[in-house]
This record gives sequence, C-alpha cells and structure tokens, in this order.
Amino acid sequence: MSLLEIEGLSLEIHGEPILKDVSMQVEPGRVLGVIGESGSGKSMTAFGVLQLLPNGSQCRGCISLAGQDILTASEKDLCAMRGRDIGMVFQEPMTALNPLQTIGAQVAETILVHENVPKSEAFERAADALRRAELPPERFPLSRYPHELSGGQRQRVVIAMAIALRPKLLIADEPTTALDVTTQAQILDLLKRLVAGEGMGLMLISHDLAVVADLADDLVIMRSGEVVESGPAHGLFRNLQHPYSRALLEASGHVPERSGAAQDKALLKVRNVIREYQSHSHGWWGRTTHVRAVDNVSFEIRKGESLGLVGESGCGKSTLTRAILGLEEIQGGEILLGGTPVVSHHRVNRDVRRRMQVVFQDPYGSFNPRWRVDRLITEPFHLMDSPPFGAEREAAVAEALESVGLSAADSRKFIHEFSGGQRQRIAIARALIIKPDLIILDEAVSALDVSVRAQVLDLLAGLADRFGLTYLFISHDLSVVRSITERVLVMKSGQIVEEGPTDRVFDKPQHAYTKQLVAAAPVLPADVA
Amino acid sequence: MLQYFLKRLVSLCLSLVAASVLIFLTLEVVPGDPAAYMLGINAQEDTLNALREQLGLNGTILERYLSWAGGLLVGDFGTSYTYRTPVAELIGERLWVSLPLALYALILSTLIAFPAGIWAASKRGTLADSGVMGVTQLGVAIPNFWFAMLMVLVFAINLRWFSAGGFPGWEDGFLPGMKALTLPAIALALPQASILTRVMRSSLLDTLGEDYIRSARAKGLTKGQAMWRHALRNALIPVLTIMGLQFSFLLAGAIIIENVFYLPGLGRLVFQAISARDLIVVESVVMLLVFAVILVNFTVDLAYAWVDPRLRRRR
Amino acid sequence: MKGLLHNRSTLPGALLTVVFAGAALISLFWVPYDTTVLNIADRMKLPSLAHPFGTDQFGRDILSMLMVGARTSIAVALVAVGIGMLAGVPLGLAAAARKGSLPDEIIMRTNDLVFAFPSLLIAVMITAVFGASALNAIIAIGIFNIPVFARLTRGAALTLWSREYVMAARVAGKGAARISLEHILPNVTNLLIVQGTIQFSLGILAEAGLSYVGLGAQPPTASWGRMLADSQTMISLAPHLAIFPGMAILLTVLGLNLLGDGLRDLLDPKLRRART
Repeated sequence: MSLLEIEGLSLEIHGEPILKDVSMQVEPGRVLGVIGESGSGKSMTAFGVLQLLPNGSQCRGCISLAGQDILTASEKDLCAMRGRDIGMVFQEPMTALNPLQTIGAQVAETILVHENVPKSEAFERAADALRRAELPPERFPLSRYPHELSGGQRQRVVIAMAIALRPKLLIADEPTTALDVTTQAQILDLLKRLVAGEGMGLMLISHDLAVVADLADDLVIMRSGEVVESGPAHGLFRNLQHPYSRALLEASGHVPERSGAAQDKALLKVRNVIREYQSHSHGWWGRTTHVRAVDNVSFEIRKGESLGLVGESGCGKSTLTRAILGLEEIQGGEILLGGTPVVSHHRVNRDVRRRMQVVFQDPYGSFNPRWRVDRLITEPFHLMDSPPFGAEREAAVAEALESVGLSAADSRKFIHEFSGGQRQRIAIARALIIKPDLIILDEAVSALDVSVRAQVLDLLAGLADRFGLTYLFISHDLSVVRSITERVLVMKSGQIVEEGPTDRVFDKPQHAYTKQLVAAAPVLPADVA
Repeated sequence: MLQYFLKRLVSLCLSLVAASVLIFLTLEVVPGDPAAYMLGINAQEDTLNALREQLGLNGTILERYLSWAGGLLVGDFGTSYTYRTPVAELIGERLWVSLPLALYALILSTLIAFPAGIWAASKRGTLADSGVMGVTQLGVAIPNFWFAMLMVLVFAINLRWFSAGGFPGWEDGFLPGMKALTLPAIALALPQASILTRVMRSSLLDTLGEDYIRSARAKGLTKGQAMWRHALRNALIPVLTIMGLQFSFLLAGAIIIENVFYLPGLGRLVFQAISARDLIVVESVVMLLVFAVILVNFTVDLAYAWVDPRLRRRR
Repeated sequence: MKGLLHNRSTLPGALLTVVFAGAALISLFWVPYDTTVLNIADRMKLPSLAHPFGTDQFGRDILSMLMVGARTSIAVALVAVGIGMLAGVPLGLAAAARKGSLPDEIIMRTNDLVFAFPSLLIAVMITAVFGASALNAIIAIGIFNIPVFARLTRGAALTLWSREYVMAARVAGKGAARISLEHILPNVTNLLIVQGTIQFSLGILAEAGLSYVGLGAQPPTASWGRMLADSQTMISLAPHLAIFPGMAILLTVLGLNLLGDGLRDLLDPKLRRART
C-alpha cells in the first residue's frame, strides 16, 4: 500500500472546477515529482492533501495517508495529522515565517502543538531539527529572528519546522523557485538526503522539469487540473505519450534558431564602471559607508551580437542595467553607445537614449493600467524630435504590433485584456517602435511559463535577425542565457568574474564561481534533452 | 534598541521645538501687540505698558520666545492676565479632569474594540460580523457631543442614574469622580471604539491571509491557535498607529465633551480664555495638548519596537 | 456603474448623500420659512403639518434651519477637503518623486508637525487671534487635511515609482514632473476619491463640533452644531430641538461613509480581486 494515495480527486472552488479526476501515489522513501505550468492545479493538489483549501472548496474522490481517509477526517484529526504525519514546505521563504517570533520558537511550536512536553525539551528537539536541516544552532542560534537570515536559510527553517516530528510525508511546493541557483542546488540536495536518511515520502511540486528530473523517482505531469502523464521517472522522459508533455519537454530545452552573425564593430562600450551607494547604516550620526554595487566593470557588445549577463540576486546586474540606461549616475568609468557617452555633464544624452530600449521582467507591472496599447507602445516617441502622428503613427503602431505577432486591432485595448505572454510581446513592441540598436532584456522571460517562454525566445531571435538588433540579455537562468546568447559575462559581487563564448563558459568554466554556478544549475538528463 | 530609542528621542525634541515656535508665532507675533489685543481698544496707555512689562513684551521676538520656552522647561507657563494666577496652577487643576477623562475613554475604547474586532474577524462573513460592522458604521458617524446629550437625556434626566453634569472633585474619593466622568468617557469612547474595531478587524483579516498563517496551520495549529499565537501580534502594528492618532482626537474631543457636562477641565478653561482674550492661557493649553500628542506618538514608536523585532536592530 | 449598485452599502449611501446635498442646494433658492425671522409666538412647537420637524425656541422652522445648516456644513467640509487636496496632493507627489532627498524630508517632517495639531487646536488658536467665524472652521479643517492627503499620495506614489512602467517612462526620457502627471497621478486618483469622501464626512463632524463650541459659523448663519448648542439647555423640555439636527449630522456622515466604502470596493482593483 502506498503512503499517500490520491484517487479520482476532483475539486471545485465556489462551483468552479479546479481539479478533475486527479490520481497519484507517493511511496515511502521515494520522491514523486509533480510538474505543471501555472494554473495546472499542482499546488491545489498539495493543499488538498493537507485540507488547507480556500473557503468554498468542495472535494470529491479519495485521499488517504497510510490507510487513513483524509477527506472524511474531522478537523480535529486533521490538525493532529498536519505537522505530525505530513510536513509542508512552501514557495516563499521570505513570507512563510512569522516575522515577530524567533526561529527556535517557530520550530519548537511544531513539537509543542502535538506533544505534551516541557518547553526546554521542545527547544532541544527544535535545535536538532535545525541541525538536520543543516542550519546548525551553533552558528544560527534559536533566538534569531527570520529577518536576520537569508532566503535559503529561512527555507531551511521552514524545512526544520516540517521535519521536526519526522513526518511520513513531506510536501514541497516549489521549494526553490524563489531562490538563487546555488542555493536551489543546496536545498534540493538537502531534501534528497532527508528522504534517503529518514525514509520519508516526498511530493515535490515544480514548474521546472529540470529541477524535478534530477530528484524524482516517479513523475506526474499536470495541465489545467488534470493529470496528463504519470509513471516512473526513469522511463517516462524517453517515452512521453501525451502531446502536451512532449511539447513541455521540448520547450524546456528549447533553443531558438538564429542566422545573423555579429559584426566586428563595438556598439556598446562599458569601461571601468563604478557605481557606489552611500548608506547610513548607523542612523544619521553614524558613519557613512559606501557600498559598491558595480565594481570596475568593463565589457563591449558588438553590433548584432547577443550578449548574456548572468549572476545571482544582489550581484549588481540590475544596477549595471540602470547605469547603462542612464537611470543612475556612475561614480567612475564611462559608458559609450556608438562612441557617444550615455551621460555627459550629468545629463542623459537624448540621441544615445533613443538608440536603446529595455524590456523588463514583470509582464504585469510594466504597463500603466489606464492607457491603451497604442499610447503605451508609443511612449518612446517622446525621445524623438518630430514624432510621427496621424496615419504615420498608426502605421508605426501596427508595424510594431504585427512584428511581435499581435494585430493592429489590439492597439485600442487595455493591458488587462492580455495574457502574460502577450504582455511581454507588447513590451517588446514598445522597445522596437523607435527602431533602437540595442535592446536590454532584463529577466524578460523569467516570469513566463516554459511553453510561452519558448515562443517569446523564438520571437526575439527572429526579430534580431530581421532588424539587426543587438541584445544584452540579463538573467539568473543559465539555460535561457545559453539558448539565446553567443557570448556571456558572469557577474559576482559587482565584478565580472568570467567572460567568453557561451558554450565555452558553460562547458569549460574557468572561474571557481562559474564552476559552482554551472554545477548547481539543474539540467535535464542528457539522454532526453 | 538604544539607538532606535535615542533617534526617536531626538525626533521628539525637534518636534517639540518646532511646535512651540509655531504656537508662539501664531499667538504672540501674528496679533501684533498682544497687550493691546488683550486689553481691547479702550485700554489706557499706562495699563498697556504695565501689561507689556508683565508679559515681557519689550524684548525682541527671539528674546521673548527664548524666555517663554525657557519658562516652559521649568514648568513656568507665565501668569494669566484674567485670573491673575500662574497659568501652571490653573492648568494643573484642570488637567486632573481632562487627563483622567481622556485616559478613561481610551481604556474604554480599547476594551470594547479589541474583543469586538477579534470576534468580528473570527466570524468573518457571518451575521455576527455584519452586526458588529453595522454598529461601528453608526458609531463612526455619530457626533460624540450629540451622543453625550442623548445620554444626559436618558440616563441623567429620565432615569436619574447619573447627574447631568458637574464634577465633585477627587477630594470626595475616587468613585464619585469616576462616576461623574463615566457618561463623558462613554460619549468620547464610542466613536473611537468603532474606528478601532474596524481597524482591528481589517488588520487581523489581512494578517490571517499571510503565508506564515498557512505555515502555522500546516504545523497542525487550529484556526483559533493560528490567530491567537501568530496573527494577533502582527495585526497589532497598524492598530497601534491608530491608537496613537486616537489619543489626539480624544484630547480634542474631551475639550468639546467637557462643555456638554459642564466639567471644569482644560476645555472650559480654554474657551473662557478665548472670550477673555487671555492669550497666555490659550497658548499654554495648546502647547500642553500638542506636547501630549507628540509624547503619545513617541510612546507608540517605542511600542512598535517592543512588538516588532525588525525595528530593534536596524533603523 | 452597474458594479456601483452591486455593493449593498453604496445605494443607501448615495441616496442619503443626494438627499442632504439636494436640501443644501434647494436652500439656496427656497426654504419653507425664513430662518432669519424670529416668531416667538410659535416657539418650541412639536412637529406638525405646518412645521414637519417643529420649531425652535425662537419660533424658527427647524426644517428650514436644517436645510440652511446642510449648506453650511457641506460648504465648509467641501472647501476644507479641497484645500487639503490642492495642497496635499502636489506635496505628496513632489516628495515621492524625490524620495529621501531634502525636500522630501522637509515635507514629511512638516507633515508630522501639523499632524500633532488636531483641527480643534488650530481652530482654538485662530479664534483666539482673529475671532470666531465659519472661515476659521474651513481653515482649521483644511490645514488638518493637508498632511492626510500628502501622506496618502506620497505612500501610494512611492509604490508606483517602483513599478516597471515608470522605469519604462524614464527610459523614454520623461522627467519626474511629467511622469508624476502622466503615470502617478491618474493611478492614485481612485485612492484620493475614496479618501476625499472619508475626509468630507470627517469634515462635517468636525464642523459640527466646532460650531457647537462656538468656534465655527456665527449667528445668524444656521449650522447644525449651533442648533445643538442652543438646544442643550432645553433638552428636557423640548428634546426634538436636539434630535433632528443630530440625526441630520449622523445621516449625512453615515451616507458619505457608506458611499466611500462602496467606491473603495468599486475602484480598488486589489479589493475587488480579493472578493471574487
């Protein structure tokens, strides 16, 4: 008998069907990977197991844990079961902990809720749980508050909370999505060791095929509330039946085709750039400390080239982006576009700015919700001395929209009428409309589902060939950077630590940090991709 | 923690200085010659000069401000022109009515609002919740002095449970004094309790939607346990802000309510001073009340640090 | 518009608001009886057909007094909200545009300072120097409203300044002032409308309080607060003198609050999403 048995589970929230006839099993000591894009119902399945569903939820079917029926259990029995028999790890470590309580108290609470033991004993066992989650109390005392820990460390606290009572089943819902690659690898390793060492069953939920492929013994692929494919992981990848799962696999390793080649002329030159912040870390009578976000960075982008810039959060890549765009002043060095400085005499050079545009990450926050599409995408016309108007403007709008795969008729719509992928296309149209030379793509596909991401990458590749565009592609996602760039820069703590052709850097990394980064990046098994 | 405390303390002092300058400018510089203003148009030249001398009006503006502010520091508010007694004495007497009244109202409003807000939040969407919300909707809209008049009509004039006004003083004991302050305190507390209930409820509902509540539930806590152990303290942060603001409304409200019940508090003093054009008294009372408001805000800032560990270390 | 009526609090709120605003408007052209003429013979009459709400201690028709009082209340509160918005919103926008700079610091510190003066204290100071009038009430409540709107605008604008569309506008070469007008202001309007309704209702309460203690409108201008003050000594003899003006204040404020709640639910997309 399986540890967790979900059989024909259907879920409705306020009458709206969310899950349809979902079945899956978790065996003790094994990892079940649940894969799906947003809206596939994978997280709702997990919340169904814990019976922590939103108000107005209606479940049918059967969920049983070690033979005990969950759907018919009383709330009292469920409370006794949660935390003791099932532990859960969530996506957002930054918000999953109570900011007002120490980590020790929060881990000990799992024990105190279920067992009638003295506080001191609960804290001793909490220390033990933290040690098992590899956050040794010698270095991270129980009296720490969540805000004193990093994201990865907080996720370890959440894991310690979940495993404090050695539950039979651990559910991890996108446990590493909010973390950097190297932290992600460490957390995944930890989960792997816990499953092996404690004989727990693990239900690992993710949108990322590569994350799951590495870890899972069994796989379930979900789409719009239904299971489309399931089976042992080993055979499944090579033998996918459902067209959706095949498309998903293809999209995950997708490499857009490119034909254009870079010219030998430098378009953007970044020379010894320094960007410092002043921070008053000790109140306003304390010392002023200087934080160097960008530390003596130099590189060039040739015309027609696609250059990648990778690094983890806080490495300074966003600051560098803003400096190149002229949104922040630099304290040293120079930035030249086509030989002209971006900023001269503390003023941004309009002619230079006209030649570069940017596409941001968030498809939802990138547009003023009160403007129509035509006004949104023509905003860069502000940079032109005589912007087109009337029929000419309409033609420009239509051309930009059509070149990103939308229609001219979309110009009268508001932004909320579009999906995430479409919005990102509109953002590209806005960047294209004044025909820039350089487009900076700041995590431009990071928020998109894999299948949509593959389409947008294809679009970008096609546009580069068609308009002879140059890209600076900034991302934390190595696989995306690898698929679309020719050359790559690796950034760490404000400095470029390695630079070279993309394939060379990823296949034979030289710098220790790059090696660490490449090793940490989850990859699909070689025989399937 | 110490750093946070010192920083708030400096900010408190700066606010006090700025407020005192503002009050001084409005009441002693804007009227031109305060002595002439206070005595009216028919004043004799020598009376005027005597008053100017008494008020110390013969120096420059800066000298006058410094001597006034210096006096404040040692509790010397000057001498009332109409009462011919030190203002500090006048205020001291009246403060023993106004301050207990405001505190009484604050305690009442907190005692009503906390349970009511928590109850409504835990019964979200039910009839009980709608009922509490409906009552608070009325409570927010009712003018407190009118509510006071209605209470006088019902509880003093018709039922005769309370006297319609006046204050026996604290010499006769604590209870008679409190009894005289009860109707005024209820009238003051009702609208504030309504606001606080609504804030408590919505803040609690916001917190209950946080991720860490879900974490707590996944640990096996019941809904009630998650609310008491995790949501409540987090929900207190916005509630504290509102309580701080409310104190200034309570003080101001007390001035109005004192009029309904003929209580010899700061309100009565200040209105008599206005009609007697006694600027010194007005100035002192306003300064005292502003001081109280600033002091309460300071206390609220400290309370934040007590509730929220994030404030204790960083700024 | 449909959404507006879906909320159950909006309709009664809008109705009450329309009734009192209508009464105030009509009083400009017509009132049942002249409120400046005293008629001692008809004093303290209980409600009747001729005088639906009765008459006061000087024989004036209470309905007519209430209509004129509505005009005073609404005018004072409206102008005070206007002052608060006209001064507070630009200050808030400017502070947000230069977050952390000296002007921001000055604006916010001044705000904190003004916040320490409840409108009643401002009214006390103004009256002590210039004497009592309705204008005092307007200025006192108006000054009190400035930091309210400045803080609200700054807070909302700050979150908008971190949005990527503002970044995109900066990349398009637009300056802080232009971005504030094109991108920030339109997206804080909803918030301002909702807060405006709330401050309007608070203004009516404050005006009533000020005229009740004699710091607001002076006779012969009829005002609800003064009517209550005048009725106080007679409350056991003629309770209706106190009941009707109080009800008028209560219902106007209630109406505005209900309307504000409805508008907030309608205009705030965040709340709307949470509801579904």
